[in-house]
Amino acid sequence: MAVWIIEENCTGCGLCAKACPYGAMVIEDKLARVTDRCTECGACLAACKFEALASDIEQEPIPDLSGYKGVWVFAETQEGKLLPVSRELMGEGGRLAAELGQDLCAVLVGSGLEPLADELASLGAKKVFLADDPRLAAYATLAFTRVLADMIQAHAPAVLLMGATPLGRDLAPRLSRRLDLGLTADCTQLGIDKETGNLLQTRPAFGGNVMATIYTPRVRPQMATVRPGVMAPPQARAGAQAEVIKQEVKLLDSDLLLKLMSFTPLASQGVDISQAKTIVAGGRGCRSREGFGLLAELAQEMGAELAGTRVAVEEGWIGVERQIGQTGVTVRPELYIACGISGAIQHRAGILGSRFIVAINRDANAPVFSVADYAIVGDVFKVVPAMLAALKEAR
Amino acid sequence: MNIAVLVKQVPDTNEIKLDPKTGTLIREGVESIMNPDDRLGLETALMLKDAHGAKVTVISMGPPQAIDVITEAMAMGADGGVLLSDRNFAGADTWATSYTLGKALEKLLAETRLDLVIAGRQAIDGDTAQIGPQVAEHLGWPQVTYVSELKLEDGSLRAWRKLPGGVEEVVCPLPAVVTVLDAPQDPRWAMVDRLLWACGPKSPIRVWDAADIEAPAKSTGLRGSLTQVMQTFSPKSERKTDWIEGTAEEQARHLVNALSQRNLI
Ligand SMILES: Cc1cc2nc3c(=O)[nH]c(=O)nc-3n(C[C@H](O)[C@H](O)[C@H](O)COP(=O)(O)OP(=O)(O)OC[C@H]3O[C@@H](n4cnc5c(N)ncnc54)[C@H](O)[C@@H]3O)c2cc1C
Ligand SMILES: Nc1ncnc2c1ncn2[C@@H]1O[C@H](COP(=O)(O)O)[C@@H](O)[C@H]1O
Repeated sequence: MAVWIIEENCTGCGLCAKACPYGAMVIEDKLARVTDRCTECGACLAACKFEALASDIEQEPIPDLSGYKGVWVFAETQEGKLLPVSRELMGEGGRLAAELGQDLCAVLVGSGLEPLADELASLGAKKVFLADDPRLAAYATLAFTRVLADMIQAHAPAVLLMGATPLGRDLAPRLSRRLDLGLTADCTQLGIDKETGNLLQTRPAFGGNVMATIYTPRVRPQMATVRPGVMAPPQARAGAQAEVIKQEVKLLDSDLLLKLMSFTPLASQGVDISQAKTIVAGGRGCRSREGFGLLAELAQEMGAELAGTRVAVEEGWIGVERQIGQTGVTVRPELYIACGISGAIQHRAGILGSRFIVAINRDANAPVFSVADYAIVGDVFKVVPAMLAALKEAR
Repeated sequence: MNIAVLVKQVPDTNEIKLDPKTGTLIREGVESIMNPDDRLGLETALMLKDAHGAKVTVISMGPPQAIDVITEAMAMGADGGVLLSDRNFAGADTWATSYTLGKALEKLLAETRLDLVIAGRQAIDGDTAQIGPQVAEHLGWPQVTYVSELKLEDGSLRAWRKLPGGVEEVVCPLPAVVTVLDAPQDPRWAMVDRLLWACGPKSPIRVWDAADIEAPAKSTGLRGSLTQVMQTFSPKSERKTDWIEGTAEEQARHLVNALSQRNLI
């Protein structure tokens, strides 16, 4: 198995080198060359526009997939309410369904959830698939997997989206393996390939250093989990109606073997910064708990939530539920104000959905400025008090 | 008690940078390490071995140099290791990876009983967190994800799952697959005498290829993958940055004006 260059077709354009996730393709004297770092992943083959790349990687045939129709959103709930990510997925799923010319459908699995069908209809669902059973009141991996597998086999959707929540990332891989489906984790962007109708699933890899677009050519439904907080929720349209389709729930005893013994909530709960409209965030540059006191004053003046970097959490200046970034929360406020934050890739990953970003940092080369709408090169301890004064003046 | 631990060799993503000109990853000089979550999974297994006596076998799929993470794991205290290496395994997505690991576990199961498989929650190169649940499905065993502490009881395990909102305690019958993101103590150090043993002629490390685990080419590597990479690119921002100059007071006033014009405050 290998990849090689057909020299008479190669223009040295470099698309293959750009596409290679392993830096294994180099351009020398206007010709591409495959180095020994090649893992034969095949990413270059799809990128070449000049038929200058060949391989003996065998491709499996693509079967007729036209029988699979509909964009399904797994509507995750908590205590009988939709999670925000479910709403975000309805927005995104609606856009994809329109592009495909297919129906947006919602899937509800749980107990006593039928009242949510109207809300899902108002968010764009044409159909709501409902599996309602007291045994599904609490999440259980194997029970939810069986119910969803039955639904998918009965109705053959083209796309299934789930939130990349702890539940979604426990359930989706199990389900995808049961039905032998492809699955892309933690997507931040979705689209449709106009030619093939394939779902284009874009996600960060290598700790956010690279974005990869992934597709699932030969099986349906195409499954993806989507990072919470990244997609925009739709405008609700009151009065819209959806057809409710009830799924018979058939479970085995072995699906319910896992026993939940206890749940200890985190002590410092009560904020969900992913929903905040305005956020004032601080990093190491705020230096201390007192420094964060100054930020808290600004946050209060602006009606904002306080948040910060991992450093701020590790130093104990804020609680872990207020950490933004790859290992924290993804936020999409109208306004994000970064104070004394360098903007490491892992932090930036969590703020890109913000509508406006203000960055205050005394280092003009800080990476945070690369994503800022308003850049202030300056000292937090001078600029923030001046902002407080200006805000009070403007009031 | 027999435990298998899945370990992956990954590039240290903290050190990975993009070449600003070509937009490709610079991997030169980037160290390969044992995936951090897998190190915690191994520590979890070794703690069970300390408490109950267990045979711990590590399994890794990767190129020949991935044997380094196996010898390291054995130097930390694992009893045996299996490297799954074959040209046909290259380019695998999570379906094909879990299939290959699953076939290897089946082969181990034909040799001996297995009570528990431990995987890391996620690998830092892909961050998918899919392999654990997919291997569990391959075996038809229950799964417990996001585990930070594990205890064995009569024929079952008690696990504490670290979730964003709090900690969940569950009991699950064995055999089972567990994915871990933390451990009650820091992973132990490798021991030199064990390392010499693991690298020496008496090393119990085995290397299996596709034929050994009876994995057909159409189900492994790139060919067996259900997802394909279409393109990779560096993350870009489309924002136009307004650099606000002046004294702190001037900057603050300018900003507050701009924000209120946009109805943001
Ligand atoms: C796997 C992994 C996951 C991670 N996940 C996250 C995550 O989810 N969230 C996260 O935030 N980080 C995360 N990190 C850490 C991340 O890489 C950075 O280390 C962290 O974001 C840096 O925080 P910081 O900006 O507060 O500190 P620093 O990088 O130290 O930056 C401090 C900044 O403050 C500026 N400054 C100092 N004094 C002043 C002053 N008086 N006025 C103005 N500016 C000043 C400095 O110029 C500097 O730019 C992760 C790392 C890894 C490896
Ligand atoms: N190639 C591999 N060899 C062995 N274990 C792996 C491999 N890939 C993934 N794993 C295991 O699966 C876990 C989750 O990986 P991932 O789904 O890629 O994020 C890792 O922490 C490992 O324990």
